[in-house]
Formats: sequence, C-alpha cells, structure tokens
Amino acid sequence: MDVGQMQRQWIDYTKSLFLEGFLDGQFLQLQQLQDENNPDFVVEVVSLFFEDSERLLKDLTFALDQNGVDFKKVDAHVHQLKGSSSSIGAQRVKNACIAFRNFCEEQNTDACLRCLQQVKQEYCIVKNKLETMFRLEQQIVAAGGSIPTELSFIG
Amino acid sequence: MESCNCIDPQVPADDLLMKYQYISDFFIALAYFSIPLELIYFVKKSAVFPYRWVLVQFGAFIVLCGATHLINLWTFRIHSRTVAVVMTTAKVLTAVVSCATALMLVHIIPDLLSVKTRELFLKNKAAELDREMGLIRTQEETGRHVRMLTHEIRSTLDRHTILKTTLVELGRTLALEECALWMPTRTGLELQLSYTLRQQNPVGYTVPIHLPVINQVFSSNRAVKISPNCPVARLRPYAGKYMPGAVVAVRVPLLHLSNFQIYDWPEVSTRSYALMVLMLPSDSARQWHVHELELVEVVADQVAVALSHAAILEESMRARDQLIEQNVALDLARREAETAIRARNDFLAVMNHEMRTPMHAVIALSSLLQETDLTAEQRLMVETILKSSNLLATLINDVLDLSRLEDGSLQLEAATFNLHSLFREVLNLIKPVASVKKLSLTSHVASDLPMYAIGDEKRLMQTILNVVGNAVKFSKEGCISITAFVAKPESFRDARIPDFLPVPSDNHFYLRVQVKDSGSGINPQDIPKLFTKFAQNQSLTRNPAGSGLGLAICRRFVNLMEGHIWVESEGIGKGCTVTFIVKLGIPDRSNEFKLPFVPKVPGNHGSTNFAGLKVLVMDDNGVSRTVTKGLLMHLGCDVTTASSSEECLRVVSLEHEVVFMDVCTGLDGYELAVRIHEKFTKHQDRPLIVALTGNTKKVTKENCMRVGMDGLILKPVSVDKMRGVLSELLERRVLFESV
Repeated sequence: MDVGQMQRQWIDYTKSLFLEGFLDGQFLQLQQLQDENNPDFVVEVVSLFFEDSERLLKDLTFALDQNGVDFKKVDAHVHQLKGSSSSIGAQRVKNACIAFRNFCEEQNTDACLRCLQQVKQEYCIVKNKLETMFRLEQQIVAAGGSIPTELSFIG
Repeated sequence: MESCNCIDPQVPADDLLMKYQYISDFFIALAYFSIPLELIYFVKKSAVFPYRWVLVQFGAFIVLCGATHLINLWTFRIHSRTVAVVMTTAKVLTAVVSCATALMLVHIIPDLLSVKTRELFLKNKAAELDREMGLIRTQEETGRHVRMLTHEIRSTLDRHTILKTTLVELGRTLALEECALWMPTRTGLELQLSYTLRQQNPVGYTVPIHLPVINQVFSSNRAVKISPNCPVARLRPYAGKYMPGAVVAVRVPLLHLSNFQIYDWPEVSTRSYALMVLMLPSDSARQWHVHELELVEVVADQVAVALSHAAILEESMRARDQLIEQNVALDLARREAETAIRARNDFLAVMNHEMRTPMHAVIALSSLLQETDLTAEQRLMVETILKSSNLLATLINDVLDLSRLEDGSLQLEAATFNLHSLFREVLNLIKPVASVKKLSLTSHVASDLPMYAIGDEKRLMQTILNVVGNAVKFSKEGCISITAFVAKPESFRDARIPDFLPVPSDNHFYLRVQVKDSGSGINPQDIPKLFTKFAQNQSLTRNPAGSGLGLAICRRFVNLMEGHIWVESEGIGKGCTVTFIVKLGIPDRSNEFKLPFVPKVPGNHGSTNFAGLKVLVMDDNGVSRTVTKGLLMHLGCDVTTASSSEECLRVVSLEHEVVFMDVCTGLDGYELAVRIHEKFTKHQDRPLIVALTGNTKKVTKENCMRVGMDGLILKPVSVDKMRGVLSELLERRVLFESV
C-alpha cells in the first residue's frame, strides 16, 4: 500500500468519525496544539484519556455493585469521566455521562446501571476508532509520509 | 411768245408779301447750304466716325431742300415751263432723299448715343485711375517711412534708446514741432512727462491719469486728435505767433509688469499704457492726413514690441547674474557638505572600531557572569549591566546606521509586546542610576493603556530610556516623573504640532509619554538645537559633554512611529519636560470559538503573544489539566500545574499572574480561591483567579463572584478563545463569560 493511498484512507476515516458524531471540534483543537515543540501531544492526551477512563469505569462498576449505593461518589466519578471526554472531544461519551449524572441525582439505581452499560459501550467504540486512526498515522509515518494537516470538511 | 416790258412805278399790297417770301426763301436756302459744310468740317476733325454714307445722304437731303427753296424765287411770277420742270424734278428728288434719310436715322441715332455714353464712362475711369495712382504713391512712401522707423526703433534693446529714437525719427519723418511721451508713475494714478523731442527738462511734470482726454485716447487703439490746449499738449508757450499746430495722441501698450518682476520699472498691477503726443508745426495750414495717422499707430505698436523685448532681455540678464551667484553659493555648500561627510565617516569609523568590540566583550562576559553563583542582589546588578550593555550596543549600531535613518531606509521591527512590562523594565533600568543621585523617580501608567501593543519594542524602549536618562543626567536634585497614557484626540490640538491630528481606530492607538524633571533646564532659544545631530553648542548647559545624538535619534524613531516629540522648558534652572506621541497597533482579538470544526492554523501563530507569562493551572482531572496546559504552552505561557487544592495552595506564588482552577468538584474550588486571597492579602499584585467550568448554571457564576474570583470561563476552551481570554484578562483584570 503506497503513502498516498494510506493518507486518503486516513482522511476518509477521520472524516467519518466526525460525521458519525464520535468526535467534535475539541479534537481539532488538540490537533492545533500539536507542533514542533509538541509532536506527540494528541497521542499523549488520548492515552491519558484511556487510562483515566479505564480506572473510572472500574470504580463506577464497583460503586454500583454495593448494596447501599453511594450516589455522591458515583456522581463524582461520572463527573470526572465527563470532563475527560469533553476535553478530548469524545462527544458521544460526554453525552452519555450527562444522562448518567441526571439519574444519579434521582438516585435511580436501575437507570444508573443501564447508563453505565451505555457509557462503557460508547467508550469502547471511540477507543477502538482512535486506536485505528493512530495505527494509520504510524503506518503513514513509517512509509515516509506525513500526517495530513488539512481537514477541509465542515460537519 | 410776247413779254411785257412795262413796270408800274407804285407796288401794290400783294407785291409786299411776295417780297417777304423772297427774303425768307433766300435765307432758308442759305442755311440749308451751310449745314453740310459744318458737317464736313466736324467729321473731318474727328478721327473716327462711322456711317459716312449716311452723312453723304443727309448732306444731299439738306442741299436738295435748299435748292427747292432757291428755285421758289422764280415761282412767284409767271414762269416758263422749263422752270416748272426743274422745280418738279427738285421736289421729287428731295422727297426721295428725305424719306431715305429719315429711315436711316432710325438705325443710327441709338449707336450715336451709345458712343457718347462710353466716352463718358472712359472719362470717369481715367479720373479714378488717376486717384488710385496717387494713393499708391502715398502708401508706398508711408511704407518706406514705416520700414525706416521700425528699423531704427528695433535696432536696440535699451529702453531709453528705443524711446528717444522713436521721438527723433517720428519728428523727422513727420516734420513735427514737438513729440512727447508720458509714462505712468509708480502709483499708477498719474502720467509723468518722461521724454520729449526738444524740451530739455521734462522730469517732474505730471498730470492726473483720469483726465477725460486721456481716457479717450486710452480707450481707443487709433491715433486720436486732441485739442492743443489740453494739459498733455501744452508743453510750453507757442513758438509761433498766430495759432498752434494740430495735435494727435496715441496709446502705447506696456507690459504686464508683475510677470517680469522688474523692480526699477514703474510698478503697476494691471495692463497699462503710455501716452505719445505729436504736434504739427505752428502757423502752418497742415492737417493730419490718414496715412500719417496710420504711420503713428504702427510706430506705437512697434515701440510696444521693442519695449517688451528690452524687458525680457533685462530679466534674462538679471536671472543669469542670480544663477551665477547661486552657483557660487552651491559650490561652497557642496564643499562644506563634503567636509562634513568626511568628518562623519571618520567619526563612524572610530565608533565602529573602538567601541563596538569592547561593548561586545562586556555583553559576553556579563552573560557568562550571570551563569555563575550569585546572590540575588548581585544577580540583579549583573542583569542590569547586561540590559544596559545590550541597549548601548543597539545605540552604537543605530549610530553606525544613521545614514539609513537619514534617508529613511531604516525599517521598524513591529511585533506584539507587553507595554506595561516595558515601562516596568525602563524603571528597573533607571532606578539604580537615579538612586545614586538621590533623585525620586515616579512612574504612572494609565489604567486604560492596553496591556499589549504592536510596534518596535526595542526602539520604543530606547526612546524612553534616552529621554528619561537625559532627565536623570541633568538633574542634581528633585524628582523625575514618567507619565504614559493613551493620547486623546483633543490633546492633539496643540499649537506646537498644528499639523499632527491623527485619529485612533479599532486597531491602533496613540501612546503619549511625558517625562518631567526639575533639572538644569534649557534656554528656550536653544531648544531647536537639541534635535540637531552631532551639533554641540558650548552655550547649551544641558549638553556640556554629550554629542547631542540621543534626541536626534529619538526624533527619528518617533517620526518613524508616525509620532511627534517636543521639549518644553521655562529657562535655565527651571526644569524640562519632554513629551512624545507614537502610534501603536492593538493586537487583534479573535472571535471566540463557535464553529464545530475549524481549519488548523499555523503552529507558531501567536505563539509569542504571552511569552513568559506565568500561569498556574489547578485541575484534578488529568486529561483536562494536560489539555489546558498544552493550550497555554502553545500560547507561550510558562505553565505550572497542580492536581489538588492543597498542592495548588502550596505552589502558588507572587510570580504567577493568573491561576486557572476547575470549580466543578463541589466546594473545593471556591475554598481554594478564599485561601489564595488570604495568602496574598497584604500584596497589591496578587494573581488573577479564573474559574474553569463546564457548568452553565447561573449559580456557578454567582458563587465565583462571591468568593472574589476575577473571571469565569466555560470549558472546553479553544486556542483562539484562550488567547482572547488572556488578552482581556491582562488588560481589564476581570472577565466573566456570559452563561
């Protein structure tokens, strides 16, 4: 597979992430911050997002398994996850967290459990897609090309 | 036949009547016979006469008529048959000839009348030709006179000679008794007798220019007959005994003198005329003829042309003399300029060789010294030495590039810089020198002055340092005040800078800096010399040892920055105030992030906007903290992060100008703000505290304001949004985004 074809594939893939709503404008902001001084900024932030999300989802699962659910603690964890997803532009994860916090406020255990499953699902999807995008980038760089910097579409 | 020979002695009445008939017939016959003789005589006398045959016929007719009357003499008595036959024959012939003659005359009379008419016509034509021949001769003579006069008048370009020659030649050609020329006086209100043909002393004799006779002459381009008794013609008593000669006057057009700027010519602002008066001899029956008047008019025109030529020549001579003088002066100035250039080049060479190298050594060694272990006080001194050395090196470079300043090729290096920091730096550089002389130094930077500006920071600082440095240098005691504020349009209405009235706009403003000292002051007469480069005047007490270079460079820098600089002083010992105004740009505040997707901007765009700004970010969310830190570093900030309130409280210091904190985690953020306020309660310049939140509730804003935060920003924050936020915060020190 040649460099041009890989670059076109990367562009099409990234465009679909925006069109399907997985990513929003904040992700473009991260790409803006990446420059000669910060060549791996996006990967670092996204990796940090993965670590935080894994930990938070584990804590949420544990908190909701207790007999007497501590909704204040659950809300704190969901708030953290919402902040992280918002910061990197993971739009669908953020929206799931917003719904999640509303049910925490109502102290509705069943609804919270359903939201937890939804958040987990959205997180897994965006994680897979971001990992695929990063693999494409690595292949382009390995083949001697450069990551395209012009995303001419507007969702 | 028998004939009676008896005659009675007494005649009867019938015989008397018959005698009368005898006599009449005789005379008729005599007349009839004489007419042909007359005709023959006159026809012979005439050279050409047509119709000779008709003449013969007419003669025969006349003769026959006479014959019939003659024969009647014998018909009064009883006559013979022979007489009767002769009588009948004669009458028949007469009838035939007379009828023929009558018929012929019908054809000949019109021709005879026509001949008469042609003769009359030819006679008239001959008379006319005689007159024309006379006229041609007269005109030829007039033309000859005109050519002679014109040649004499225009054979010179000297006004006096032109006018004198005109009068002499006219007098000779026209046999004049007197000829005079009246010129307008300087006021233009009188005519002055300037030249005469015979009178010796005409100067001083004047007449008002508005006399009716003068108006009459000036309003016509022909020669005008005037009375011998009018003032311009009564030049002296009559030379003759009985009557003066006829007089004419004609106007002579003069130049539009203002065009030629002839100073010794009578000055008038509009077209004017001289008056020429010509007098025929006294006691003569001569009158002015038409051709003589025409001659006078032509001569007047020629005089006007000759005078204009003379004026042009005089002006050319004067211009040539003036150019010669100017060339001498220019040559002298050129030699002086060459000397000055050589002197300056020598000076610059010395500057280059003898000052630049040591200065570079001072800078290099100061930089090395800065890296060694020093106390805070020593480090501050070394830093001051380094900054002053760098500034001095810049000054030396500018002196060496003075030619670029002079011919306008020096370009300012515009960039965004912190205007408030610039004044702080000036103060830090000047304070040590001022404290040594025990001068109090105050600085006031108006609150409405923008925090950041676009311009040549180095040149602006150099200008301010030059002005403040002079104030310190020439003050033995007292105080020096520095004031900086935005110049308002009304403050430009200053008599010192009448042409300087620029108007601020959305992307630029005018900075006004005023430095006032209580030093030695300046003599107001010497103020203009302050800005002259390399000029030293021993009487200038303000510059006893200096070269007068600083203010000259300051003026050039200020002019390059589209501004103005001036000095005021009430005199020696009364202190001095230096004020300058420069134009600076206002950094653009981009619109806040609103689009879901934006194109990526160049990586280093605006990266130097907030170089060195110390910012502390408190956020317990690692991802958010990392993104915010990356964003601020991208803008050039010096970022410290804290993941908890305790850590933030431990790390925050006066060095931080802004603290960003996340307030989404319960009450931790608000408590932290209160603690920070308590920590810096005794200091004026505590850090700005700005809340970062994703919460759009109104109560969040109210809580932030209640605990004394300076701002609230909604997350997520884009690059452009953060840039605008920082600019506004540092400018107004408060920013609450609408929620």
